Amino acid sequence: MNLYSRRVFVNRMGIALSMVAMAFGLAALMWILWTLFYNGFSALSWDFFTQDTPAPGTEGGGLRNAIVGSLMIIGVTTLVSTPIGILAGIYLAEFGATSKFAATTRFVTDIMLSAPSIVIGLFVYALMVATLGGFSGWAGSVALSLIAIPVVVRTTENMLLLVPSALREAAFAVGAPRWQVSLKITLRAVKAGVVTGILLAIARVTGETAPLLFTALNNQFFSADMSQPMGNLPVVIFQFAMSPYDNWVSLAWGGALLIALLVLSINIGARILFRSKDKL
Amino acid sequence: MSEVASTNVVDVHAAKIKVFKLQDGIFHQITLLFAFIVLAALAGILISLAIEAAPVFKQFGASFLWTNVWNVPEDQYGALAAIYGTVVTSIIALLIAVPVSFGIALFLTETCPTWLRRPLGTAIELLAGVPSIIYGIWGLFVFAPLFSAHIQPYLQAAFGDVPVIGGWFAGPPIGVGILTAGIVLSLMVIPFVASVMRDVFETVPPQLKESAYGVGCTTWEVVTSIVLPYTRVGVIGGIMLGLGRALGETMAVTFVIGNANRIVGSLFAPGTSIASTLANEFGEADPGLHIASLFALGLVLFIITFIVLAISQWLIKRGVAKQGK
Amino acid sequence: MSEQQHIVQIAEESVLQVRKLDFYYGSFQGLKNVNLDIARNHVTAFIGPSGCGKSTLLRTFNRMYDLYPGQRAEGQINFQGKNLLDKKQDVNLVRAKIGMVFQKPTPFPMTIYENIAFGIRLYEKLGKADMDARVEWALRKAAIWEETKDKLQQSGLSLSGGQQQRLCIARTIAVKPDIVLLDEPTSALDPISTAKVEELVDELKNDYTIAIVTHNMQQAARISDYTAFMYLGELIEFGRTDELFVKPKVKQTEDYITGRFG
Repeated sequence: MNLYSRRVFVNRMGIALSMVAMAFGLAALMWILWTLFYNGFSALSWDFFTQDTPAPGTEGGGLRNAIVGSLMIIGVTTLVSTPIGILAGIYLAEFGATSKFAATTRFVTDIMLSAPSIVIGLFVYALMVATLGGFSGWAGSVALSLIAIPVVVRTTENMLLLVPSALREAAFAVGAPRWQVSLKITLRAVKAGVVTGILLAIARVTGETAPLLFTALNNQFFSADMSQPMGNLPVVIFQFAMSPYDNWVSLAWGGALLIALLVLSINIGARILFRSKDKL
Repeated sequence: MSEVASTNVVDVHAAKIKVFKLQDGIFHQITLLFAFIVLAALAGILISLAIEAAPVFKQFGASFLWTNVWNVPEDQYGALAAIYGTVVTSIIALLIAVPVSFGIALFLTETCPTWLRRPLGTAIELLAGVPSIIYGIWGLFVFAPLFSAHIQPYLQAAFGDVPVIGGWFAGPPIGVGILTAGIVLSLMVIPFVASVMRDVFETVPPQLKESAYGVGCTTWEVVTSIVLPYTRVGVIGGIMLGLGRALGETMAVTFVIGNANRIVGSLFAPGTSIASTLANEFGEADPGLHIASLFALGLVLFIITFIVLAISQWLIKRGVAKQGK
Repeated sequence: MSEQQHIVQIAEESVLQVRKLDFYYGSFQGLKNVNLDIARNHVTAFIGPSGCGKSTLLRTFNRMYDLYPGQRAEGQINFQGKNLLDKKQDVNLVRAKIGMVFQKPTPFPMTIYENIAFGIRLYEKLGKADMDARVEWALRKAAIWEETKDKLQQSGLSLSGGQQQRLCIARTIAVKPDIVLLDEPTSALDPISTAKVEELVDELKNDYTIAIVTHNMQQAARISDYTAFMYLGELIEFGRTDELFVKPKVKQTEDYITGRFG
């Protein structure tokens, strides 16, 4: 083989391998989604949404308590993390160009984005569960908020930095004070991007299991009391999947499918929203 | 009708300006406070874990970190088995994830037809969004049985008699274990690493690549001798990010690692990781040394991932900043 | 010449006096010892090749540079008996009295009506009827009322580029400033929109003092009463537009306006 055909061969091999890698990645996604649908779809029924988690050894049952619990915990998480994340993001974008404090915050936020979520569960356990007398939905929301806030902070900051400086200057040029420029002009200009960030944060915490294990714990019964242990989808999936009961395992698959659909549709929705942002 | 400012208007303005000044000051402080929450959370995590873990280090000293014992009835604890499982599963995950991610990033930036770039890129990003518990349940019910029935026996047949590495594939092929956990983990980190690699590959100036193509380089040569050297720092940052993710991952590992707190040379054997030990034992741990040991494990995990992620952020920023030069 | 430059006297009452103005971007000096007067109810144009400091000069008049750390101005800009550059001078007050329109149209992300009302509400408390009247007044002044009166509740971004720019002018004059600064207001517009904005500038000078930066010499010649030619951060020549364009006193000015450089 001469030098040239050797180079061509190496090139073809490289490109072929890159395609194999891509196919591998896609195949993994397809495989996981397919088994999820295959095993989960049969579990979805009227009972799945209207009955509570069954006691060990009993037939049937559903995930109503876990679904409601998850929605409540995530709802509170969103309400807590949105204002905190947006205001912190505004600080970094508007006041944090030069300060050392802002640089540190930015750095820490980036690390918290990927920090092990189970450790955050431990922290909230030590902070709230051990001191305030027990597992609770509130503690679960605090743990999830600590995961959601960095996502909101960084998207808000990045979006605000995309605002053309002329728009910011124009707002200052009519004599507007800084807080009005931030809240009424620049934040509004990147509304779609910030909402995207919030949606991504919600998607992120929807499937988080580890931080809920030692905070919200679980509750076999229906409860809408955030100060009590609360049923939630991820922890139920975890416990039921590891159990010896067939109906539990089936419910776990159903729950996993439900979560995956939720997370994927939020992710896709966020992308569509972000792409249509130009239209305002 | 020239609008000359009357004294009255100026007074109104001056009053307004005072209010604005006050509001702006408050606004600044409030946003600062919220930014501070993020920092406080980090400090809070470190401090609270350190406090809760203190009894362990008082009891066992630093040797807690390298002692291979986890005996709940006798209240003897050491972190070595969990650290071993965490590190080994992460290494396996990276050994698989890095080349695959590189291939995906290469495909997305160089060889993929333009119209396919966005949908495929989005698919990879969506894969990154799939909750880890899904990987876990899939690993337990789908992958592990398949692995034990069809892959492990072949691995054993192929490598079982080879010196040194033969031991890695010893023992019964039960499906769950360190190797399975590493493989499932790799599927989970591939999207993260691939996304970062793609992003840094895209920072290579087109002129640079065009000049290389201009002297007759093939795509593969452009990537290996122009793109990779140019983006080296960012690529390593992306790999470190994947490592950080893998080290701290709970659910994808807990389902399939087998949860046995010991160190066995074989990769087929069940093991444990820090995160899966926490997930399995914390809920039912007795107050005292057991729970303190779990906190100590959490502290170790947090510090390791913090260092890995800090390096990764530093490298990724340096890699992307190069764009401007 | 500019070293011992004397201050050109203007015949009209001056509303803004610039004295010994130096400006720095970090360690780079963007303006060097600029001295000039801006005549009330007249149009003063700033011309010169790009990078000459004309926009920088304009942005010192409303202290826009304050937004950016590392930028600073030294010297005096006297307005209503006070030095604008004084640290104690409140910038919001300055900006409410000295409005600015930018190169690219910058409608706020809100309705057309709110775009105008936003600035007014900052400093005045008007009832609904008064506010409606003021919004209409401003839009009429900016010659955009006819085009927008039926869609005041639509987003300001729904307008065409030329309309957006006139909306920005309306927004600026709605707060009744003393001076309107225009920073290359037509450079992003088509010729027809440009003509409309130029007509508007001619209208507005009856009520306002106008300072305009333009890279288009014909535009300066068409609409301004005074012209300042700047080069490399220095004010090379300043005088009545009709004189400066016909009989420039300085060689560099002549070279520039006859197109020999820049």
